[in-house]
Amino acid sequence: MERTAATALRCKECGRHEPLTAAYVCEFCFGPLEVTYDQDLLAATVTRERIAQGPPSLWRYRDLLPVAPDGPALALPAGLTPLVPAPRLADRLGLRDVWVKNDTANPTHSFKDRVVSVALAKARALGYRVAACASTGNLANAVAAHSAAAGLESYVFVPADLEEQKIVATGIYGTTLVAVDGNYDDVNRLCTQLAADRPWAFVNVNVRPYYSEGSKTLAYEVAEQLDWRLPDRCVVPIASGSLFTRIRRGFGELLDLGLAEGRPPTMCGAQAAGCSPVAEAWAEGRDFVTPVRPSTIAKSLAIGNPADGVFALDVARTTAGAIEAIGEDEIVEGIALLAETTGIFTETAGGVTTAALARLAARGEIDRDERVVLYITGDGLKTVDAVASRVERRTIAPTVEAFEAAVGEARLVA
Amino acid sequence: MAVTVRIPAPLRPLVGDAAAVECEPGTVRQLIEEVDGRHAGFRDRVMADGALRRFVNVFVGGEDVRFGDGVETAVADGQEVTILPAVAGGAGER
Repeated sequence: MERTAATALRCKECGRHEPLTAAYVCEFCFGPLEVTYDQDLLAATVTRERIAQGPPSLWRYRDLLPVAPDGPALALPAGLTPLVPAPRLADRLGLRDVWVKNDTANPTHSFKDRVVSVALAKARALGYRVAACASTGNLANAVAAHSAAAGLESYVFVPADLEEQKIVATGIYGTTLVAVDGNYDDVNRLCTQLAADRPWAFVNVNVRPYYSEGSKTLAYEVAEQLDWRLPDRCVVPIASGSLFTRIRRGFGELLDLGLAEGRPPTMCGAQAAGCSPVAEAWAEGRDFVTPVRPSTIAKSLAIGNPADGVFALDVARTTAGAIEAIGEDEIVEGIALLAETTGIFTETAGGVTTAALARLAARGEIDRDERVVLYITGDGLKTVDAVASRVERRTIAPTVEAFEAAVGEARLVA
Repeated sequence: MAVTVRIPAPLRPLVGDAAAVECEPGTVRQLIEEVDGRHAGFRDRVMADGALRRFVNVFVGGEDVRFGDGVETAVADGQEVTILPAVAGGAGER
């Protein structure tokens, strides 16, 4: 294990410091803890060249992460997913410079491979032999897979009504899968109670400060893939708000260290209207988030009591961004729009994000020449039921006549 | 019968390392005051300025009190109150 620049955990609420252990809330005020770094050490060590010489995974940014693992922790490399230009999508939206960060191209097909990589590397360094999580599905997939690769035992807790694809794609890795009769917030509460008395690393509970840091790599990669010039605007889904805030933080770190050029991007968040506590607070100009009971097809975003909601509001406000609430039909339209213009099939969360971009563009909030990055964080094969009814199919007898009768006049090309 | 208040790990040292304490029925505020009367300093760890601290969640019979009347939510005889930290990751404006 290499030394890293991480120095302590700091309470965001009251500023008290804790050592770099499995503490997840401030012992005094219950405020959230975040990893602090030795800025002088970072400034003296990290260069674009050093990053470029790193492995083709998120571990090329290990200097900027709280843990620098070796051995089994590297068994299932995540990250360094494609950033692709999306001219046809841009054209449909009246824009000129839209890119898609396609994070479906991860080992378990969502961005959760990033946070789990960092969380489990730290958990192993702290001596844990058992991994666990509360999940809406994508995290369950990632914890089960990365635990299998690293040889850790794992327990995964999900709401019982989860999509079948996500349940199967978790259980297959040999985890202990527990379906809880309740919603994600119920599952999360149960896990918070279990974490207090068990020597397990719950990736999004007692090792959450490290887990969250993994999301920063979605900023680092976009910057590096754009030749270290930051985009003007990012559109990102919001569930707990952790991803949204950490992408902003990642860009900020690159600017502070002189690694990237430009200004902090305008951060636009997207929630499903059926579970939009942060978007509602935004629309009403509040600086607090009132919990809601989720009801949406975007189950990976269905967190009614978002832990980082207030910080997401801060980020949207300080970057002159916005937070949109997207209706169920619009989510499906968003999935189809992305698929038809980029060839990328996203899960419902990406439908929310794509629809939010389309709405911002339609409202004229985006300058035509802005460079916009759309973050697509999960694969459409995880939520096929959401769009199954939209797909037309024509079943015919295996004859030319039947084909022409069903599809209409055959187009003959000379 | 009484009300059982489940204490989260960070606060257990304050209440003699107990995982739960028994109280008389009342509002959430009255319960917190009662525990504070026996274990000085308890109230200030979960409340500030008369309200629950931002990252403290309280559940009465499994229901988040923010869906009810907040600290004025009534707790009936035999009900269970659970105090839990909100799990937040924090954000860094830099």
